[in-house]
Amino acid sequence: MAEMGAKEGYLVTERLVKRFDEAVAVDEVSLSVAKGEIFALLGSSGCGKSTLLRMLAGFERPSSGRILLGGQDVADLPPYQRPINMMFQSYALFPHLDIWENVAFGLKRDGLPKAEVKQRVGEMLDLVQLTAFAKRLPHQLSGGQQQRVALARSLAKRPKLLLLDEPLGALDKKLREQTQFELVNIIEKVGVTCVMVTHDQEEAMTMANRIAVMSKGRVLQVGTPEEVYEYPANRFVADFIGNVNLFDGRLHVDEPDRCAATTGIGEIHVGHGVSGTLKMPVTIAVRPEKLEISKELPAVVNNVFTGTVKEIAYFGSYNTYIVIASNGARVRITQANTSRHDLSRITWEDQVYFWWSDGAGIVLRD
Amino acid sequence: MPTWKFPSPGRRFVIAVPYTWLILFFFLPFLILLYISFVDMGNDISPFKPIWDSKTGLIKLKYENYWSIFRTGDGGLLFKTIYIEAYLRSIWYALCTAVLCLVIGYPFAYFIARSSPSVRPALLMMVMLPFWTSFLLRVYAWKGILADQGVLNRTFMFLGLREEPILMLYTDVSMLVGMTYVYLPFMVLPLYANLVKLDYRLLEAAYDLGASPWKAFWLVTVPLSKAGIVAGFMLVFIPSVGEFVIPSLLGGPENIMIGRVVWDEMFTSNNWPRATALAVLMIALIVVPLALYYHYTGDAAEPRK
Repeated sequence: MAEMGAKEGYLVTERLVKRFDEAVAVDEVSLSVAKGEIFALLGSSGCGKSTLLRMLAGFERPSSGRILLGGQDVADLPPYQRPINMMFQSYALFPHLDIWENVAFGLKRDGLPKAEVKQRVGEMLDLVQLTAFAKRLPHQLSGGQQQRVALARSLAKRPKLLLLDEPLGALDKKLREQTQFELVNIIEKVGVTCVMVTHDQEEAMTMANRIAVMSKGRVLQVGTPEEVYEYPANRFVADFIGNVNLFDGRLHVDEPDRCAATTGIGEIHVGHGVSGTLKMPVTIAVRPEKLEISKELPAVVNNVFTGTVKEIAYFGSYNTYIVIASNGARVRITQANTSRHDLSRITWEDQVYFWWSDGAGIVLRD
Repeated sequence: MPTWKFPSPGRRFVIAVPYTWLILFFFLPFLILLYISFVDMGNDISPFKPIWDSKTGLIKLKYENYWSIFRTGDGGLLFKTIYIEAYLRSIWYALCTAVLCLVIGYPFAYFIARSSPSVRPALLMMVMLPFWTSFLLRVYAWKGILADQGVLNRTFMFLGLREEPILMLYTDVSMLVGMTYVYLPFMVLPLYANLVKLDYRLLEAAYDLGASPWKAFWLVTVPLSKAGIVAGFMLVFIPSVGEFVIPSLLGGPENIMIGRVVWDEMFTSNNWPRATALAVLMIALIVVPLALYYHYTGDAAEPRK
């Protein structure tokens, strides 16, 4: 497993396990989140990320392991005694209370004096720009506004840790993008440490400082968005984050600064060593946008292959080509759309060359 | 603005069925009641007289039927009649019954709504099971339980808890036990229907914001089940006010409720006009506050968002 929590941990989980009957939902998860960090748990549904979040919130009791927040073990505290607040995926706004009362709910439970509640709620509504809606009921607000109320409510108590459960999941695509930045701005303004759960890698990449990729209850890799994208630790992560071409083969050159593997489409050179054993099975991963495509033979030596264009998808700002290589492998190539009229335009069934630099490939051991 | 279209024949039929029912079996009988309540009492053969005077042919409303409810015949004190006392007692007992049903029924309904979906039908069945036995039998059974030599007292005495039997039958206690027992399902079912829809995540949100389970119950569950509470309360309260059988079987002589008074006026005094006036007043007593309530709170049965 990749090393985790290089930074000093404010929120630390130690070998956290959650079992439901026989099924293990969360399997020995050890994470460390720094103060003020936005940390994303990324994975497909059923990977255990939501259970992990619910353990942090206190809705699920860990089967074993510890949860430390600022050095204090909170694993045995009920949710209403934890300095942790959550923004629910469905927002879970109280339908019988107006916006003001929704935001004030947590503050009133703390028994704050009236004047202070009033001031804090005012601040929060200001922060999410909903002061004018204070007397409305939740169902009278749009989805985006409800989301902001939910955020204001979860921030009102100034929690030590903010949990976001699929924060943008209930919004439509256009609104999502705009809200993403808004959300990050507000969280950074408040300076609260934040753990979010999402199945949307784009959401995780744009919002989080670091991402933990989860699968089957385990954390596969923790890193910044760049690290996780450019240096996936294994096949699952490479495949889950973005698109990737994977070539299975066996290692046959392994030097400190370069290696090569024999694969189905030919010999692939990679610009880093793996310090493995020769003949060991490896997978070479190459991101589609790192590949070049042309009808002319390029002036490079390594990693040049031929194939037939099978599909072309036009996305406006870029094109994606699916090329069938000589051995039958489907290779995905993405090219930016820089010129409007391309004389050497590639069309279906064209014979093409495609290649990538040695630095583009990554060797995955599993 | 949408133009109003006359409903299609199918729709008209669907709408007509409940209206016809209500007109035939509620509105027309009510008009008859209203009519009798404004005429003079008659004799054994025809218990009330026609509204028009047979000699002059003029219509004459006899308000006295209503006045006599509020004022004793010999010009006595206002509101000190047996009728007003019976009304107040009925409302009091009905309120007690409804509150008892609510207190007992709410945990009941909550428990069923929170239990796993697979056992819910069985639990609901158990709530409704008593309906399969005759209502009278069930009320009589309480006599056997609450009597001086009944099951409870014998058990107490056998265990040495009491020397003398506790007087329970023919008191407020036995009457309220009987009414609460009979009307409990009418409280549990609407409450269950409401509570089963409660979004559990709202409770989690309340816990998350620092509310203890008890606080969350009071601040979230109870307000959100208001519609169910109101519905259940009404379903218990309204028939309880006019309850006749249970008070006469389980209640004592001092527990005369309005249903009993109407019965006596009708069949003992043969004073149909006064009996109907009492009945009309009772309907007004229940319907008017209800209408006001719905008017000012909106539809309590409105679905939650």
